[in-house]
Amino acid sequence: MGLKQKLHTLKEKYKGTKMAPAFNALHTFLYLPNETTHSGSHIRVADDLKRTMNTVIMALLPCLILGMFNAGYQHHLQLGEIEAAANGFFSTNFWNWDNLVVGLWKVLPLVLISYGVGLAVEFLFAVIKGHEVEEGYLVTGMLVPLIVPIDIPLWMLTIAVIFGVVIGKEVFGGTGMNILNPALTIRAFLFFAYPTWMSGDKVWVHGDVAATAAGSPDAISGETILGNLAQNKDAGFEIMDMFYGFIPGSVGETSTLLILLGGLFLIFTKIGSWRIMTSAVAGALVMGLIFNGVVSQEWISESSKFFSLMSTEFWHHLLLGGLAFGIVFMATDPVTASQTNKGKWIYGFLIGFISVMIRVFNPAYPEGVMLAILLMNVFAPTIDHYVVNGNIKRRMKRLKVKTA
Amino acid sequence: MGLLSKKDRKLILDPLADDNPITIQVLGICSALAITAQLKPSIVMAVSVIFVLGVGNVVISLMRNIIPSKIRIIVQLIVVATLVIIVDQVLKAFAYSLSKELSVFIGLIITNCIIMGRFEAFALGNGPWRSFLDGVGNALGYGVILIIVGFFRELLGSGTLFGFKVLGDSVEKTGLYAIGYENNGFMVLPPMALIVVGIIIWVQRSRNKALIEEH
Repeated sequence: MGLKQKLHTLKEKYKGTKMAPAFNALHTFLYLPNETTHSGSHIRVADDLKRTMNTVIMALLPCLILGMFNAGYQHHLQLGEIEAAANGFFSTNFWNWDNLVVGLWKVLPLVLISYGVGLAVEFLFAVIKGHEVEEGYLVTGMLVPLIVPIDIPLWMLTIAVIFGVVIGKEVFGGTGMNILNPALTIRAFLFFAYPTWMSGDKVWVHGDVAATAAGSPDAISGETILGNLAQNKDAGFEIMDMFYGFIPGSVGETSTLLILLGGLFLIFTKIGSWRIMTSAVAGALVMGLIFNGVVSQEWISESSKFFSLMSTEFWHHLLLGGLAFGIVFMATDPVTASQTNKGKWIYGFLIGFISVMIRVFNPAYPEGVMLAILLMNVFAPTIDHYVVNGNIKRRMKRLKVKTA
Repeated sequence: MGLLSKKDRKLILDPLADDNPITIQVLGICSALAITAQLKPSIVMAVSVIFVLGVGNVVISLMRNIIPSKIRIIVQLIVVATLVIIVDQVLKAFAYSLSKELSVFIGLIITNCIIMGRFEAFALGNGPWRSFLDGVGNALGYGVILIIVGFFRELLGSGTLFGFKVLGDSVEKTGLYAIGYENNGFMVLPPMALIVVGIIIWVQRSRNKALIEEH
């Protein structure tokens, strides 16, 4: 008897018991369910929720892999063991075995904890509430390890994942009912609960925290570019390095190149909304241009604490920090984004606009994109409401003209 | 409790759980968020509200037949304000550092919706003894939630209780901190108080299904 048949039998055996959802989840995750719906209209399509989620995960995998190499690369670079990657994207200084080993050692536990804890909570709730396990956590579980600093203690991640899944999602009714993006809820929780592990110049490169605690004389510092700029220092990195992702940052959000490819993949498969992505990029560029304008009009002096960030060329903002990652993978979350097409334009534009604004005006919160998306998540239903009402009003007017 | 009749006992006990002013009526949230970062101010706040609401309810109840209904809100405000000033002065005299810590929030007891709510809903229509019980009961219900929230927020946010380092010293890394534990900075911020109150409401309603509203 094959595994599939065994699961079928188990499913029949546990039907109606409390544990049933847990078995069913495993079963439908591995195989197509052996049952059909009984009522209503039927449309045969291949892209169910599971397929959608898997597509996003496929788009995320390159980022994860580069994140692993980057973790090792930054670590070794800081220790002075290797030279900086020089000749383009396929530099052997970056893509080598030593870097990957460090990356695997540090990143895999994050992935395992994220999935293990998150799915455990989902299964638990499904069993208690007596509904089927929903696939909602598949993408969240992959996003979480990509948006945390590499050295985050695993117990903190565990608490944050429990918090994010329970408070961010389950209390609202589970997958599809959440107001806030669960992955960002998890990150926001970490950010406010354990700020010393989530920001500053010590957390982005593996080994920094330990080296500082040990008080070693050559304590290394892996400041991110945004951190440097906020202190009115030079960025300290080449533009191409930013684009390739050879820079310190959260695990998977450094490579704008791979995020761009992932974004195109999502648009091509019609999973991610191109409207949100385009308008968010536009929003960020517009805000960047406004700041550049302020600088070129000399309304602020060089001594201003905003000078460095404001004078950053407007399109550099897209390469810095988590903005690109947030726009492509977080803002497009179909549950928490606006649903109407016009709403998506507004929603996306404001995310880009507010991200850059927070980033420049409040250097204490360099990751403006997290806060901007959470904020717009809250406003998304309001935007939709006005778009829908506007549409109704317009058509009513047309109706009146016709009948009058 | 042979002292109280069954009906009177209900006045005290109901607000503690099934008719709690914070978790069921969702009143008085503002102060519950503002001052519960630590346990001590939570308790002082609870005691202050018990005094103000207990005495205030009696005063309003005694005057209930002579207050013209058009200006009753102003009369109620004057009664609360007087009592709050008494509390404020007593705290300043005997517990100055605490009164500093609670700062405006003692003064803001005046605006605590629970107090005006009980005046309006109960004291204006009932005798002084029953009003007293109702006031104390509601204030106790308010205080219980404050103390629960304050307990968790101080324990998880600062690792202390009443200022004692129950989890060890976070600077010298003793106790729990020796194995890498860290305080949860989010617990000290007001949003977490809202979430803790929300969790209490969740637990309470899932234990007693009758409390879940229809919609």
